[in-house]
Amino acid sequence: MTTMTIAKAINSGLRRSLESDEKSLLIGEDIGRLGGVYRITDGLLADFGTRRVIDSPLAESGIIGTCIGMALRGYRPVAEIQFDGFVFPGFNQITTQLAKMRARSEGRLTVPVVIRIPYGGGIGSVEHHSESPEALFAHTAGLRIITPSNAQDAYWMIQQAIECEDPVIVFEPKRRYWLKGEVDTERPALDAFKAQVVREGHHATIVAYGPLVPVALAAADAAEEDGYSVEVVDLRSISPIDFDTVVASVEKTGRLIVAHEAPTFGGIGGEIASRVSERAFLSLEAPVLRVGGFHMPYPVAKVEEDYLPDIDKLLEALDRLFTY
Amino acid sequence: MATTSQASPASDGLMTPDAAAADGPLIQLLDERGELHADERFSAYVADVDADELRSIYRDMALTRRFDVEATALQRQGQLALWVPCRGQEAAQIGSGRATRPGDYIFPTYREHGVAWTRQVDFAEMLRIFRGVSNGGWDPRENNFHMYTMVLAAQVPHATGYAMGINHDQSDWDTERRAAEGDAVVAYFGDGSSSEGDVHESMVFAASFDAPIVFFCQNNQWAISVPFEVQSKVPLASRAAGYGFEGLRVDGNDVLACLAVTRYALEHARRGDGPVFIEAVTYRMSAHTTADDPTKYRASEEELSWEPKDPLLRLEAYLRSSGAGDDAFFEQVAADADEMAAGVRAKAFTFPDPVLADSFKNVYAEAHPLIREESEWFRQYEAGFADNHPGGAR
Repeated sequence: MTTMTIAKAINSGLRRSLESDEKSLLIGEDIGRLGGVYRITDGLLADFGTRRVIDSPLAESGIIGTCIGMALRGYRPVAEIQFDGFVFPGFNQITTQLAKMRARSEGRLTVPVVIRIPYGGGIGSVEHHSESPEALFAHTAGLRIITPSNAQDAYWMIQQAIECEDPVIVFEPKRRYWLKGEVDTERPALDAFKAQVVREGHHATIVAYGPLVPVALAAADAAEEDGYSVEVVDLRSISPIDFDTVVASVEKTGRLIVAHEAPTFGGIGGEIASRVSERAFLSLEAPVLRVGGFHMPYPVAKVEEDYLPDIDKLLEALDRLFTY
Repeated sequence: MATTSQASPASDGLMTPDAAAADGPLIQLLDERGELHADERFSAYVADVDADELRSIYRDMALTRRFDVEATALQRQGQLALWVPCRGQEAAQIGSGRATRPGDYIFPTYREHGVAWTRQVDFAEMLRIFRGVSNGGWDPRENNFHMYTMVLAAQVPHATGYAMGINHDQSDWDTERRAAEGDAVVAYFGDGSSSEGDVHESMVFAASFDAPIVFFCQNNQWAISVPFEVQSKVPLASRAAGYGFEGLRVDGNDVLACLAVTRYALEHARRGDGPVFIEAVTYRMSAHTTADDPTKYRASEEELSWEPKDPLLRLEAYLRSSGAGDDAFFEQVAADADEMAAGVRAKAFTFPDPVLADSFKNVYAEAHPLIREESEWFRQYEAGFADNHPGGAR
């Protein structure tokens, strides 16, 4: 066990993948000499060279598109998109090409491309630097989408993403990059596409992922002072969603809140609420509540604290949940 | 299929009205009359092409055209949802396709039926997409000929990435070995696609990484109803200089020139000297697709002006004048083409209808719970009809 930040954990996970599979390589803007705008690839160019760590031209569609081509040639490219709001020039390549290559070829071609996207708000930045577009990608069949919330997951999930034969988007919670945690370098049994109960409870369940997992845990701690035992499920994988773990928790607690930073409308929370109502309707003591962003473009930094789901918003939702 | 005519003497007067010729000279080895011209730089690249090979090239072009006619007819008869004709572009396609080696990987758009043929893709297999039984059709790995891509220009960065992968594979090879054994990539796209950002981004990547790729643009003058002048104010080949590599403007209706220039470009690319851009100036003699109506946007005079430049006519003229092809040869090719077309038609009717349940199999490479859940639901749903529909098939 060693202690490291999420940023360092991803860096170490990438390093381990580069060491273990010579076909893996990294490509993105500024990932080489600079080590990425968040320094996630820091030091990798020096150790693996320009063939494995490629500073690319500034062109997101080109990055994703060439990754597809390299994967067709037998490589396992890992693309870095600098910020969530900059992924859209590459949206066409991701949704019409990357996601569908295997289906279009009737299973003959696989494109094991990984796309890393720092996402989410709370960093006080300017527009297009704080978005949570995961639902836009989750709606597209053929992609897998994961998001770690702690260093241990960050270290292992990136390696599992690179090993996966399917395209994987890794949404990295950028405001948690400096969150420290213990990392076990012995391979865990938990796979990247499974959810995990990170706090046991029996009165209500909060499902969260990525940057909101620490918020959900803090809210559960606060609720405990009021006598409520709240279970927290870290979803970890947004596509596929591990409904078995979510439903099992709801069957135990009878109440569910889904929390994410993305707008609630059309979001992952609605999908989870709907599935839970189908599979665990008779276990529910209250409607499933969603705590998320409003139906607006991500607001300016001075008011983002009002926009983001926080402990108080989760406690307010818990209060509503217990009025039923 | 025309088997007799030489280019009309009137073609002299028809050489200038098209915008393409007005934009400057084209690399040309075989002119509209079927007369050979020596080119200081490129003739050497087809010096080995003898009478036998020329006949074989003509045959490929004629078969491609006959296939195109048959597929168009199949669409008109309601047997295909759509067809994308390539009439007029046979020289650009057969010439460039024949310049490749088996290890080279081709990324086509959706009109490269002639290129596919040079890569041993069966004509009938190309109909699977348009008959609605497959989104891919053939196995891309079998002949290193990628699936058609419907989203304009999306395949061009794939081609570039593939070429970057070749660079990685061959990074410790010297120039000689690369030239002898090295692989390269050809990315096909049209004049309309040249306006897409993906083409621009690809050229930036390819230049920056010296990727062994040839960008082969068939400028057929029309992006559905929008003329070339709306895509570019300059010949497309001249854009290459802006990316830092060579652009060549070739007569796309001259199969020898297309062969020579593509051989040169591939040699250049596989040696490690980076990409080459080829603009093959040609003309789409029929509709964009069978859903299109060219009478709404272009004058018949323009179409007529290109008829004497038909790539098959000029090669036929040369074969006849050089004694390499006589009536018997052309009649035999026509008969073979008819037989091929009949075979394609018959085979198209044998494609089994796909089963939706199979579509679940290829969404992901690894097990996926949502796929498992939905496919199981669908299986049970279909089983519910078993009494009325033996075997559950409907």
